Amino acid sequence: MDFFDRFAIPHPSPVIYASMVAIALTLVAIVAGVTYTKKWGYLWREWLTTVDHKRIGMMYLISALLMLFRGGADAIMMRAQTALPENTLLDSQHYNEIFTTHGVVMIIFMAMAFIMALMNFVVPLQIGARDVAFPRLNALSFWLYFWGAMLFNISFVIGGSPDAGWTSYFPLAGNEFSQSVGTNYYMIAIQIAGLGTLITGINFIVTILKMRAPGMKLMKMPMFTWSALITNLIIVFAFPVLTVALAMGTIDRLFGGNFFTTTDGGMDMLWANLFWVWGHPEVYILILPAFGIYSEIIPTFARRNLYGYKSMVASIVLISVLSFVVWVHHFFTMGQGAMVNSIFSITTMAIAIPTGIKIFNWLFTLWKGKITITVPMLYSLGFIPIFTIGGVTGVMLGMSAADYQYHNTMFLVAHFHLVIIPGVVFAMLAGLTYWWPKMFGFMLNERIGKLSFWLISIGTCVAFFPMFISGLDGQARRMYTYSEATGFGIWNMISFVGAIMLAAGFVTIVYNIYYSTRYASRDISSDPWDARSLEWATHTPVPDYNFAITPQVNSSEAFWDSKKNGHKLFPGNYKEIHMPNNSGVPFIMSAIFFVLGFALVFSIWILAVIALLGIFACLAHRSFEQDHGYHIPVEEVKETEEKLGGARQ
Amino acid sequence: MKIKGTLLLLMFAVMAVLTGCEPLMVLNPKGPQAQTQADVILLSIGIMSFIVIAVFAILIYMLVKYRASKQSDDYEPPHIEGNHIVEGIIVGIPILIVIVLSIVSVRSNYLVEATPEGYEDQDPLVVYAQSSNWKWHFSYPEEGIETVNYLYIPTDRALEFKLYSDGPITSFWVPQLGGQKYAMSDMVTTLHLAADAPGEYMGRNANFSGEGFAENTFSVNAVTPDEFDEWVDEVQETAKPLTEDKYNELLEPGHLGQLTFSSTHLEFSPAPEGEHGGHHHGGSSDDSEEENMEMDHENMDETHDHSE
Repeated sequence: MDFFDRFAIPHPSPVIYASMVAIALTLVAIVAGVTYTKKWGYLWREWLTTVDHKRIGMMYLISALLMLFRGGADAIMMRAQTALPENTLLDSQHYNEIFTTHGVVMIIFMAMAFIMALMNFVVPLQIGARDVAFPRLNALSFWLYFWGAMLFNISFVIGGSPDAGWTSYFPLAGNEFSQSVGTNYYMIAIQIAGLGTLITGINFIVTILKMRAPGMKLMKMPMFTWSALITNLIIVFAFPVLTVALAMGTIDRLFGGNFFTTTDGGMDMLWANLFWVWGHPEVYILILPAFGIYSEIIPTFARRNLYGYKSMVASIVLISVLSFVVWVHHFFTMGQGAMVNSIFSITTMAIAIPTGIKIFNWLFTLWKGKITITVPMLYSLGFIPIFTIGGVTGVMLGMSAADYQYHNTMFLVAHFHLVIIPGVVFAMLAGLTYWWPKMFGFMLNERIGKLSFWLISIGTCVAFFPMFISGLDGQARRMYTYSEATGFGIWNMISFVGAIMLAAGFVTIVYNIYYSTRYASRDISSDPWDARSLEWATHTPVPDYNFAITPQVNSSEAFWDSKKNGHKLFPGNYKEIHMPNNSGVPFIMSAIFFVLGFALVFSIWILAVIALLGIFACLAHRSFEQDHGYHIPVEEVKETEEKLGGARQ
Repeated sequence: MKIKGTLLLLMFAVMAVLTGCEPLMVLNPKGPQAQTQADVILLSIGIMSFIVIAVFAILIYMLVKYRASKQSDDYEPPHIEGNHIVEGIIVGIPILIVIVLSIVSVRSNYLVEATPEGYEDQDPLVVYAQSSNWKWHFSYPEEGIETVNYLYIPTDRALEFKLYSDGPITSFWVPQLGGQKYAMSDMVTTLHLAADAPGEYMGRNANFSGEGFAENTFSVNAVTPDEFDEWVDEVQETAKPLTEDKYNELLEPGHLGQLTFSSTHLEFSPAPEGEHGGHHHGGSSDDSEEENMEMDHENMDETHDHSE
């Protein structure tokens, strides 16, 4: 292919040209807006260079919401295309690109960012820490994710989107069968974002192990912190596999390697294995924080402690171990024989046991409680039935002989959406609504929030239940169209209606944010839900240093104890507080990573070498930099505390 | 209870749709392997419905009984750590269910990975099924014939499909005869099927393989053994042999109708198994490739296109 041909979109359409114009206009509008309001300095000082875990959390949150709409637009187009038999809204190539980017964006750039947002904001507060262990690395994590996401998202207007599925199975994803640069974007953008994730994993393990408030033994950690710890352990074990697999895929595509090709000893099953050795634990990286969120919200609104704390901890540990020994269930049909399939079938079904324990523990947390139905609680309660249906169909898929019939069909699509949507999306929306007042100092509107919940939960059922039926009737996934004679039409039409309800639900969430930002009362307490854990013990808005005095902890619900049982949470006097300095290097270095990624995608070697040198320069700068942070004097702490409503007990 | 009744009704409605007047393909098996799989599916749906109903019932009970609106304002919920008996039950019952399902799963694994039960007495019909973008090539080595995008199979005889691919990973799937299996470029996988009843069944590639994936289908004609023999004879008489040039032409990406040949491509382009496999280590291998290239072909020109 000629050099300049690579930049052209292989399959242009009016929609893509319109998107190009829209992107250009948006960029111009942002630059003009920031310049007009003279906010460049503010943006740089307060956000782009920040190392504050709360602000990084908020930036993750904004990115995740943007990606939710990007991935959602893909989803609507897919459902619209398949709503009618022989539909010609999209051609095969566009459909293939759209389901590929839908999967990647939703998993890597939406769901991952959403859990990072909540972990970043909540975990240090929940353990009574001033920040994460390595604040600057935390900023680097975010900006690597952000620039990785940007690189991936320009693919559809420059050079073409990846089109080999979010699993990107070789040899289909190899040069032989995917000639456009699309899959290069996949390999490199995910690699860059993945580096950020790996760094986060290390950062949060250290934070949780080393920076807990005095008295907070491991078995006294709040459940969300427990889930964050286990999640990050899984990240550290699983993500290197993805790193290696993507590196091998990149070598195949850019440098003529033969790891996964059809000739010269390439092995196509190797990619599938490596991908799912990472990919299955990834599922639990997404869902364990969600379990943690529900374990915070359900006790709060049942006004009772979490039932079976120890078995909850044991079950997430067990899930994390099992998550590494089930990957073959993603390809029972690869021909590894009855013996191997039997082993992985049993390990897969075994995951149902700890998951079941968790479901029953949540149910028993409601027992003898005093349940108030708020928006976060609605999502948590809606999660239980829908996730149970998604979960039991997972057990069915785990029976490998039967899986030969479910595999690659809409049945599978129904299953994983019915676990991921209630499991991850509901949890993120619940967590967003729950922690929103702590983040922004006002509550989201409950009435609009309830409307969103009903639209989203009913939409989920309407969109995905019909797929069980069309899957059992022989509809393979990823088919851009089907004939009328197949009889799939009615089920896909119902799915489309459900997808529209889901979209409407997400639009109401954005409207809710707008409405509440404008009209909600700013006069709320720092503990509006009457909650139980430490993040509610500090002021709203949370001061830079989180807690003026390091809290003293005696149980997994120290804040509740301080409210009800007279536990003294903040003993002692104000001291000078040591804080980290802001730094622009993470932002700059990640931006150079973006340039490096772009250069690699298009094989512009000179630019790649220059970018690589830039990255090394950033690393060297950090090595020789003298930066010991700064100290907030006692007077300033006292002043801030008084301004925020007085000292905490 | 009203709610329980509604739930049960709902379950029956679902079952009715699943097995009702126009049965879903997977639940309308026409062969022993598909029958085994349909049995496992229905059994697991039954057991799973029990779990779903239990969870729904507990959830509804808790929500109805412990709503704040039903309690006095000064009610303060107690602190409850957990209970060994309750936790024993919520661990024990799932373990029992998983054990039962594991036994069913392992047993059915060995059933679908072997010659179908009741068909062991005769030799299976061996068919090589090779996918290429976006077609299926079926070679009958013993009968010496090859078809593209359609299969003729005898009923009441075990079928052994040898699957491989000329490119991306594909998955050979005839839902009414049994579940699918991957076809890959560097090895041959084996799928055991059989048909009990004559008929025309839908077959397709179920694994995404690029632009032409949606149309990557084939039809399966199951006929009585006598009719099958007649069909073989007829093909041998009327169809032309498959030449290497023609074969290479067929491999080009695209879609083709149904084609028939009176020889197979296995003679000059063997399947990647045994010494031709991608994964045998050590020993020299490149023996037959070149020899086969030199095999002379009398009919280099035209092949007979057999359409239904």
